[in-house]
Amino acid sequence: MKPFTYERVATPAQAAAAVLRRPGAKFIAGGTNLLDLMKLQIEVPPHLVDVGRTGLDKIDPTPDGGLRIGALVTNTDLAADRRIRRDYGVLSRALVAGASGQLRNKATTAGNLLQRTRCPYFYDTNQPCNKRQPGTGCAGIGGVSRQLGVIGTSDACIATHPSDMAVAMRVLDAVVETIDAQGRTRAIPIAEFHRLPDNTPHIETSLTADELITGVKLPAPIGGTQMYRKVRDRASYAFALVSVAAIIQKDGTGRVAVGGIAPRPWRIEAAETELPLGAKAVTDRLLADAHPASDNAFKITLVERTLAAVVSKAKAA
Amino acid sequence: MTVNFEVNGIARSLTVDTRTTLLDALREHLQLTGTKKGCDHGQCGACTVIADGRRINACLSLAVMHEGRKVTTIEGLGTPDLLHPVQAAFIRHDGYQCGYCTPGQICSAIAVLQEIRAGIPSHATEDLMARPQATNMEMRERMSGNICRCGAYSNIAQAMAEVAGVKA
Amino acid sequence: MKFDRPAGHNPIDQLRVVGKPTDRIEGRLKTTGTAPYAYERHDVVPDQAYGFVVGSPVPKGHIERIDIRGAKASPGVIAVVTTLDMPRLEKGPMNAAYLFGGAEIQHYHQAIAIVVANSFEQARAAASLIRVNITGQSGQFDLSTQVADAPLAHGKIPPLDRVGDFDSAFATAPVTFDQTYTTPDQSHAMMEPHATIAAWEGGKVTLWTSNQMIAWARRDVATALKIPPENVRVDSPYIGGGFGGKLFLRADAVLAALGARAAGRPVKVALTHPFLMNNTTHRAATIQRIRIGATRDGKITAIAHESTSGNLAGGGPEAAVSQTRLLYAGANRLTSMRLAHLDLPEGSSMRAPGEAAGMMALEIAMDEAAEQLGMDPVQFRILNDTQVDPEKPDRQFSRRQLVKCLQLGATHFGWNRRNSRPAAVREGDWLIGMGVAAGFRNNLVTKSGARVRLGDGGLVTVETDMTDIGTGSYTIIAQTAAEMLGVELGQVKVSLGDSDSPVSAGSGGQWGANNATAGVYAACVKLRRTVARKLGLDPDMAIFAGGHVQAGGRHFGLADATRDGELVCEDAIEYGDLDKKYQQSTFAGHFVEVAVDAFTGEIRVRRMLAVCSAGRILNPKSARSQVIGAMTMGVGAALMEELAVDRSRGYFVNHDLAGYEVPVHADIPHQDVIFLDEVDPISSPMKAKGVGELGLCGVSAAVANAVYNATGVRVRSYPITLDKYLDHLPQVL
Repeated sequence: MKPFTYERVATPAQAAAAVLRRPGAKFIAGGTNLLDLMKLQIEVPPHLVDVGRTGLDKIDPTPDGGLRIGALVTNTDLAADRRIRRDYGVLSRALVAGASGQLRNKATTAGNLLQRTRCPYFYDTNQPCNKRQPGTGCAGIGGVSRQLGVIGTSDACIATHPSDMAVAMRVLDAVVETIDAQGRTRAIPIAEFHRLPDNTPHIETSLTADELITGVKLPAPIGGTQMYRKVRDRASYAFALVSVAAIIQKDGTGRVAVGGIAPRPWRIEAAETELPLGAKAVTDRLLADAHPASDNAFKITLVERTLAAVVSKAKAA
Repeated sequence: MTVNFEVNGIARSLTVDTRTTLLDALREHLQLTGTKKGCDHGQCGACTVIADGRRINACLSLAVMHEGRKVTTIEGLGTPDLLHPVQAAFIRHDGYQCGYCTPGQICSAIAVLQEIRAGIPSHATEDLMARPQATNMEMRERMSGNICRCGAYSNIAQAMAEVAGVKA
Repeated sequence: MKFDRPAGHNPIDQLRVVGKPTDRIEGRLKTTGTAPYAYERHDVVPDQAYGFVVGSPVPKGHIERIDIRGAKASPGVIAVVTTLDMPRLEKGPMNAAYLFGGAEIQHYHQAIAIVVANSFEQARAAASLIRVNITGQSGQFDLSTQVADAPLAHGKIPPLDRVGDFDSAFATAPVTFDQTYTTPDQSHAMMEPHATIAAWEGGKVTLWTSNQMIAWARRDVATALKIPPENVRVDSPYIGGGFGGKLFLRADAVLAALGARAAGRPVKVALTHPFLMNNTTHRAATIQRIRIGATRDGKITAIAHESTSGNLAGGGPEAAVSQTRLLYAGANRLTSMRLAHLDLPEGSSMRAPGEAAGMMALEIAMDEAAEQLGMDPVQFRILNDTQVDPEKPDRQFSRRQLVKCLQLGATHFGWNRRNSRPAAVREGDWLIGMGVAAGFRNNLVTKSGARVRLGDGGLVTVETDMTDIGTGSYTIIAQTAAEMLGVELGQVKVSLGDSDSPVSAGSGGQWGANNATAGVYAACVKLRRTVARKLGLDPDMAIFAGGHVQAGGRHFGLADATRDGELVCEDAIEYGDLDKKYQQSTFAGHFVEVAVDAFTGEIRVRRMLAVCSAGRILNPKSARSQVIGAMTMGVGAALMEELAVDRSRGYFVNHDLAGYEVPVHADIPHQDVIFLDEVDPISSPMKAKGVGELGLCGVSAAVANAVYNATGVRVRSYPITLDKYLDHLPQVL
């Protein structure tokens, strides 16, 4: 871990301004992903701005009947919130499917969205990785790729986004709210928040350097049977091979987003129209452009079968 | 940089490197070595402590971030002469072998029983709107962030069930 | 004490303390965080500096240059030692890879430098500033391409062993079975990383470390540093897991010593988890071919087990065929081991080396052969039981109750409820299956010493360099001494892991419990005689009970013997040839029930039972823990554990505890263990044997067989992850 300076700020605007003052500076809140990466020198910020005391830790109703989740609300508190459990069950389920109790107590809503990939080549600074060090190549392509992406990937990077929460946020059409050093605010639909790698896999979101996430807005509840099904090699405390977030209505229509297969939560609204026809029809359309790597073609079958499990459970509910 | 915080009920003031994790502040500066360094990356749970009432991985937290906050470590829960009931239950049920993950398991176990009482859901919770119960699956799921390579899980489950007053 | 005849009645048989499910005597320390592990011994020596180890970024090559200027100039740095500062350090007889010194890189993350600084943060940051120029070399990293050409593995175990005429017996057998299985590289993944504090005093060095085998560590440190062994002290009272990963000297100890010498200060070093998986050792992957020929009624007439594994130069094979020489009857037999050269990190001992991997294959093969014969797999194993060494029929097993383990296990587990037709039992979305496997692991005897002190107030202190890696050594040693000297458990103090104490068996090969307690027994026998003589009693008649000693109507307090000062006796158990005359092994029946999600293929273990035949159980509580822990590791091996090899980049890719998955709480159900009531007077005066590895051997196959019974899909390549069978599950759409 390289030496860095540290400051604590009291407001979101101060935070954005503080980061702008020091090139390369980063915000830190829970720290569960950033410190992990700093220890390995994958992240080397010269300055940390601790936003943990900026008061963004509330969940408030919005005028349109939704909720506004403060950026600092922990995964535990978000999953446990009565309104989330009642109206956004898919989000509560996704949160408790992720990480461990300890990590969820620290991990924040904003930090979870900004998690970086768990690709093992990204994690090893001796190996080439275009995401970590642009231009060095991708060891994942042709390497050990069982965990890596099958769609939305590029010749430069086949990493996946590891978040469970973000998959639920995607299926809920959440909106990410930000502030920058000039005090300008922005609302970014979750679909536009994470970027596909193309030739710039190191640029993962649409945020600017001094832009701080202040919260995530959930639209008014849409009801339905809400499920998050995560498939992994061990029963808990593991990243998804594949996960499916789904909201299925009584008439068989619904929404589906998939995790563990792409650089961002994977959702194609047009594919959802196939839901009444069953999991295979949806999967065929959702993953029509899939390009599996050497070890992960099984993820396509697994998406289909996991979605089938979800649809079957929704019917039973 | 200076950090003032309360550890096991005692006010502490430390001068630390900004890079010093809470874990290293405890182990190297305060010499409270009951909290263990296993993976140092949030992948094993050996460093579990209770910060401001919530269990966390001390390895993934900077000491300076705990300014003005409270931390409870295994040393604050019980001593060899005055065991916490969970510590005693671990001994009775042989809920450990090498002992290295044990302080983390115990901190987690105490927090897990509180989390269930507080109604915080888990991946094992069937009905999100019902109060979670201290069932075997609930406790196992919630304890899954504490790896025990010796494999004392089945015994830890029994120790926790005894403390929770339910059948394992 | 020489042990060369089967044990007769002795004081241990009282079972007043031994054999009781006593809580661990160090339990209060472990549960309160006050048991001291290697890296946290702030008290032993002042002014400790921090070392951080740098590893090779490539798997094979020649170091041209190491630039340490940046590191040297970094804040807080006291010293930098690189591998180019010295020739290759000599290594001990059990190590294959060189630990440090010289320019040659043998494997990824081989240690190439240590940076010593005033703080951990400073050392770690400076370590990242070291620049190294290496001329890389191509290497061999893919075992599967080496099978055809791998030569026989010459070593302690015969590389090729033939009994009868396998080829013709197999060719003429009415029923034949021939399959190949693979097991992956596995990591010990103990929770405490390898760690050492080293301090020099003149030419003498003390290492507070985490090591299973104190005497080996002392010897090999002396060899590496070219100093006499008597100038090395090793202390390792608490070890945060080893599983074989801490059997032999590792880079942490060597580099702590070198770093401390360079810094002129004590230095503490811990390997990090992301580093140690490639830096240290692992259980090597195997490719195993098993052939079984049988009569139509299921008698095995021919059995062959051939295994190939890889290793660095000087390393041995994974002895996966060992158990096949002893486990089942059959007149015509063939076992062989081949060893390919691989440039991956060193393959070495991991819990039940040989048998763990071997049983993973053999016990699926037995399940498959039983099915082919139309027999129940429990019955097939019983039918082919042998009470003699199948290679030397005049040599009996000291005790062998495999049949009883299987029968009792079947009864307790409800085996009769198993549907022998695969994929036939369904509960909702779950496919349910049961599996069985035999468990087998040899019992090894080896010299083990101890010193026993009788001090003020009758306090007994046992000193031995035996280690407790979670196995319960502290407690069973205290139980042994308490039994022998007729005192309460609380009257006994146990000091372990210090090289100043007599050399013991150490912890490995599930030999620790039996040998170390037998060594304590020997020392206690000597102390009993010394006490009796001191009190003027007939040593042959003296009875030690209730803190008293009596003989011929005379009666003393034990403490009376110390009126002129402490009494100290030292002895060791030394074995004759009973292990040659008799085959000493331990046996188990492993039963597992799994549920497999019909949609996703996720496997959940629902029930587990092990029935063990392993001689006298010295402490049923800690022994049971050994077995359930091993069963847990067996679930990991069956379902998730694999060091993934990048076959072009030459290293284990998933080298941390997130990437290398081991079971978590949610994976492990309640586990049942039954110990058969058994004593084995041929093993030692304790009449005990090991269980710590027995609990692992066979478990993974029982899981695999249950998965097959649940799904009808046979996976012969571990771990059994859903990608290997998802396409073959019943249609659900």
